[in-house]
Amino acid sequence: MTGGSLFLETFFNPTIIARYLPDILKGMLVTVEVAACVIVTGIALGLALAVVRSFRLRAVNFLIIVLVDVLRALPPLVIVLIVYFGLPNVGITLPSFAVLWLVLSLVLAAFAEEVFWAGIVSVRKGQWEAGRCTGMTEFQTLCWIVLPQAIRLTVPPLTNRTIAITKNTALGTVIGVPEILNQATTAQSFSGSATPLMMGALAYLVLFIPVVIVGRWIETRFAWRRG
Amino acid sequence: MDAILQQFFNLDIMAQAAPLVFRGLGMTLLVCCAVIPLGLVGGLLVALGSRSHSRLLRGLLAGLIDLLRALPPLVLLIAISAGLPFAGIRLSPFACVTLALFLNTSAYYGEVYRAGLESVPHGQWEAARCTGMTAWQTLVHVVIPQAVRNVLPDLVSNTVEVVKLTSLASVVALPEMLYSADMARSVTFNSSPIVLAALIYLALLWPVVRLMSRLEHRLGT
Repeated sequence: MTGGSLFLETFFNPTIIARYLPDILKGMLVTVEVAACVIVTGIALGLALAVVRSFRLRAVNFLIIVLVDVLRALPPLVIVLIVYFGLPNVGITLPSFAVLWLVLSLVLAAFAEEVFWAGIVSVRKGQWEAGRCTGMTEFQTLCWIVLPQAIRLTVPPLTNRTIAITKNTALGTVIGVPEILNQATTAQSFSGSATPLMMGALAYLVLFIPVVIVGRWIETRFAWRRG
Repeated sequence: MDAILQQFFNLDIMAQAAPLVFRGLGMTLLVCCAVIPLGLVGGLLVALGSRSHSRLLRGLLAGLIDLLRALPPLVLLIAISAGLPFAGIRLSPFACVTLALFLNTSAYYGEVYRAGLESVPHGQWEAARCTGMTAWQTLVHVVIPQAVRNVLPDLVSNTVEVVKLTSLASVVALPEMLYSADMARSVTFNSSPIVLAALIYLALLWPVVRLMSRLEHRLGT
């Protein structure tokens, strides 16, 4: 056998591709499900925290800052392991999908809060004052004047963070969430072939290359608008 | 409440696990010392290459960066550590981790440097060349220092991410801090060793995270 065909036989074996393709596709579905859940809850929670922070209640803000800092400083895998193995011993048992969703949502919320807050702070004080002068309440000013301006600034950094954290769905493999990487490593150990690993990597590329390209487009588009 | 303390903040178990966890910290720092300088250099090369006159090189690098940004680092790590042996290449876990994190983080550092290089006005090049500097001297003494200064917060923020990424090494059995802590957890059936590791990560990274968010807010205004 020549080197080339040996390479294909090991890394792109057609029989093994056919056998494990359904598993990998199922894994892709799970990855997309976790990712979608994480993006929705993470960004919503991050925005909510930033809005609460803008009321400038000292004690509440202190708590938010501590929570956000801790979530930004800890590796997500550490939080996953603490939640997954620790909670059952104090009587709370969550399925692994829920643990992954919860942890990644919290991590994304922390980063999103920082970005939204930086956006809110960057809106000039005169905008607040003008809003209040027209008779709007503090909250109305926030919703109708400040947030629309703030959110436009936050789109590029938020997109990058969201992509990075969404890719962390691969951590689910450590606690047995049947996402792409989990399916691929299981198939690899059953088949004794490197082909499922390549399929797994390709599955991630199929999902995420378009996201990366769209992310780059968003970055340039919103940068122009700001300039 | 007592159950929570017992499960997450059991001081006896933390004390027992401490030597193991601190040995793991040594390995974590060793990985950082290998990956951060390699990534900083690799990223700079990627950024400089992305500005070269060769269309082929630019295209290749853009493709490579998108590929590395689309692959989760854990997938890259497992593909290297479980895939390369099939090609007859056997690397130690340390080498696998270093290689995977180097590839991943070079792409990210590369993007940061690229933004930095773009932020230096072209007039700086021309002015430096006019003083008689060579292109190389201009790059090293005029352009790169300004570029780095302009993106320093992003470089720091990416470095924090690298330190956090080293925890992935636990999945391929490199005895770094999380692996050691998780071993202690599985022996004691108690999460306190991982909480100890988390506290050490916090001690290392919290000051940097605080500093970063100050820098970010100042830039925001």
